[in-house]
Amino acid sequence: MIRAASALVAFSFVISFSADAAEDGLSDLYFGEALFYANQSQFFEALERLDAELGQYYGLDEPALDTLHIHVGDAEFSVGDFELSYRMHHRAGRAITAVLEGDVEDIVRNEAAFRLARIHFQKDQLDDALNALGRIEGDVPDEIEDDVEFLRANIYLATDRSEEAAEVLRGLQGSDTLESFAAYNLGIAMLQGGHEADALQQLDRAGQLGTAEPGAPSIRDKSNLVLGTLLLESDRYTDAIRSLDRVRLEGPLSNQALLSAGWAAFYAENFERAIVPWSILAERDSTDPSVQEAMLALPYAYGQLSIHGRSAVLYGQALDAFSEELRKLDASIGSIREGKFLQALIREEIRQNKDWVIQLRSLPETPETYYLMELLASHDFHTSLQNYLDLEDLRAKLQSWQSSFDAFEDMIEIRKQYYEPLLPDIDQQFRELDSRIRLRQEQHTLLEQRMQSLLIAPRPEFLATMEERRINEQLNRIEQSLGDDSSPQAVALRERARRLQGLLTWTVTTAYHDRLTEFGKHLNELQSAMDVMTAQYESFVRVRQAAVHSYEGYEIPIRRLRTRVSEASAKVGLLMARQGRLLELVAISELVARRDRLENYQNQARYALADSYDRATAAQTSRVQE
Amino acid sequence: MPKLIRVVLVISIGVFCWSPGWAQELSGEEMRSLDGQVQEIKSDVLGIAAELSTLEERLLYPSNTQLAVFVSLASGETLRLDAVRIQIDGEAVAHYIYSFKELEALQDGGVQRIYTGNVTTGMHEMTVSVAGKSQSGSDFSETESFSFNKGIDPRLIGLTVAGPGSGQAAIQLGEW
Repeated sequence: MIRAASALVAFSFVISFSADAAEDGLSDLYFGEALFYANQSQFFEALERLDAELGQYYGLDEPALDTLHIHVGDAEFSVGDFELSYRMHHRAGRAITAVLEGDVEDIVRNEAAFRLARIHFQKDQLDDALNALGRIEGDVPDEIEDDVEFLRANIYLATDRSEEAAEVLRGLQGSDTLESFAAYNLGIAMLQGGHEADALQQLDRAGQLGTAEPGAPSIRDKSNLVLGTLLLESDRYTDAIRSLDRVRLEGPLSNQALLSAGWAAFYAENFERAIVPWSILAERDSTDPSVQEAMLALPYAYGQLSIHGRSAVLYGQALDAFSEELRKLDASIGSIREGKFLQALIREEIRQNKDWVIQLRSLPETPETYYLMELLASHDFHTSLQNYLDLEDLRAKLQSWQSSFDAFEDMIEIRKQYYEPLLPDIDQQFRELDSRIRLRQEQHTLLEQRMQSLLIAPRPEFLATMEERRINEQLNRIEQSLGDDSSPQAVALRERARRLQGLLTWTVTTAYHDRLTEFGKHLNELQSAMDVMTAQYESFVRVRQAAVHSYEGYEIPIRRLRTRVSEASAKVGLLMARQGRLLELVAISELVARRDRLENYQNQARYALADSYDRATAAQTSRVQE
Repeated sequence: MPKLIRVVLVISIGVFCWSPGWAQELSGEEMRSLDGQVQEIKSDVLGIAAELSTLEERLLYPSNTQLAVFVSLASGETLRLDAVRIQIDGEAVAHYIYSFKELEALQDGGVQRIYTGNVTTGMHEMTVSVAGKSQSGSDFSETESFSFNKGIDPRLIGLTVAGPGSGQAAIQLGEW
């Protein structure tokens, strides 16, 4: 009872956390994608995305620049939550422990400690859970303050420290989110501590709390049913009826409440009143044990009122119903033994919805699933079934991956056949282009060096035009050809040549600064052209590399993955067989126990039917004689 | 008779926190062992999935051409998003119709990767159409076009959808 309440709270916390992380505005798309899957209870996909994102984040040189950085604490917590929800208790807690050990603020460390404690609690590691809670100090996030205390109380309850549990739970009376749970568990703690009178009073209070938190009506029902049962066992029948009457008629505990309410009235010798709840109950689904018991109890009550005819008729109806139930039980057991039960469980239409357990109710009535809902009440069966369904998911995934390897290999082969013949020609062209690019790059470097040297030491002749250079060379040749000739003609020519040389020097020198500016401008333009060329060069290298990478280097990873998938498939197959066998055994043993109980009811009904007929006949005879 | 029925009653009270004792003895140890092994295989398969995803991404969506488009709802948005349609450079690449479950996942802050594909480097045009119903039940549809540049790194584009009356643009483009 205690653990059931605590599990309910833990579950609601996981859901709200996923929403909290997103409320602040997610800046990491892949974390958001993981939440998208988690919100649909697709925890495998959620874990796959988030594991990959976190792995990538921790592999970065500068993780602080990544979009996940501001959410990394939330992401680590989410991994733990997803693992728990995916029933990977062994792995859950690793990531949270890493946060706890890291250099983080109080508020983050305390939340991590709480989450770790919750994981330990779910794994039944109660000492570790308490140790984790012991690490909480300093600021605690407001939204988990009550959850921390509630968890502490639950750990105390689970370790028989009822006085400490009660003290903590008293502090939670009036909590916004946990009042109903805390009120109910306080009653249980008092009961566990031997304070029965206080416990009854507390459960009475818990059963009438008007809180609006999620799950409050169920907890009220639970409190009232437990209280009613305790009062019934203490022979306080009127009080018991008052509590049991508060249980909702349409709730999941309604059948048990009606049955007990009937017995309370019966033991109070108020047989007419006992008939009322039992009559309602006897009309309900006859696979429910409470209904079956009511079918037997109802005619018994009529018998006590000496209405033996009605009693005999109802015993007869009960016998018919029990026979029908026994037939269904036998069909169910037979069907399970034929292996049909496991086939029914993995039907795709059930798996489409996260509330698949609820969907089971709408399954067609087949022998293999008659008692499925009742079987699910067993924790062991429920866990086994979840595991079996998870294994089935893994099997389908592995099967689909196995078939995709062939497609990958075909794709790689087609790419290879396309690219490989093209590459020699492309490489030849690339080599030619490469040498031309290198030449231009060298020229560019030379010009840049010259520009630098001109800025330091001006050399106007370096910026002379081609024409000026040609004229200069011509004038030099004229001077050389005149040699030492001292004839008047030669002197005149030399003089003219020098004048022209002077003019040329004048022009080159006076135009130098403009030319230097122009030179710089052209060099910049050249730089732009060089940038384009370099980008094209790099693009070519990338494209060429991408072409090769599109078919090279996959052989070993695919082979390795193929082997891993194959091994995992075999292991999943083996585990499914074992898990399935176990499920069948649990189901059959449960159904056999039901069958035994039903046979017992049937025997009682037969004797009671005969007895009722005798009494009815005797009464009639007596009336006739009178 | 009363005694017999009382025994039955005690059993029925026990059902409240009951699991079949015989079945428990039968299978408790094996169940725990199997549960551990199931957890191990889940871990193994998650490892395979991670490696396979990396391989698929390398093979199908190399980083120099990879484009991924994500869809989310604006914070607190109550719009009932029915469908999103995406065209890139005039070609339809994604058309998604949302189930109720997916819509709830989006409303709870989830982000859906609606499209992963390849585009060449350079400028591209994306046209996004959304259709749904506003909280008041009136039909809502909107189409927006955006230009985006694809460089040599993988390109991630986030689309945030907001309903009428939210005071925000119906389709907002975010870049990562």
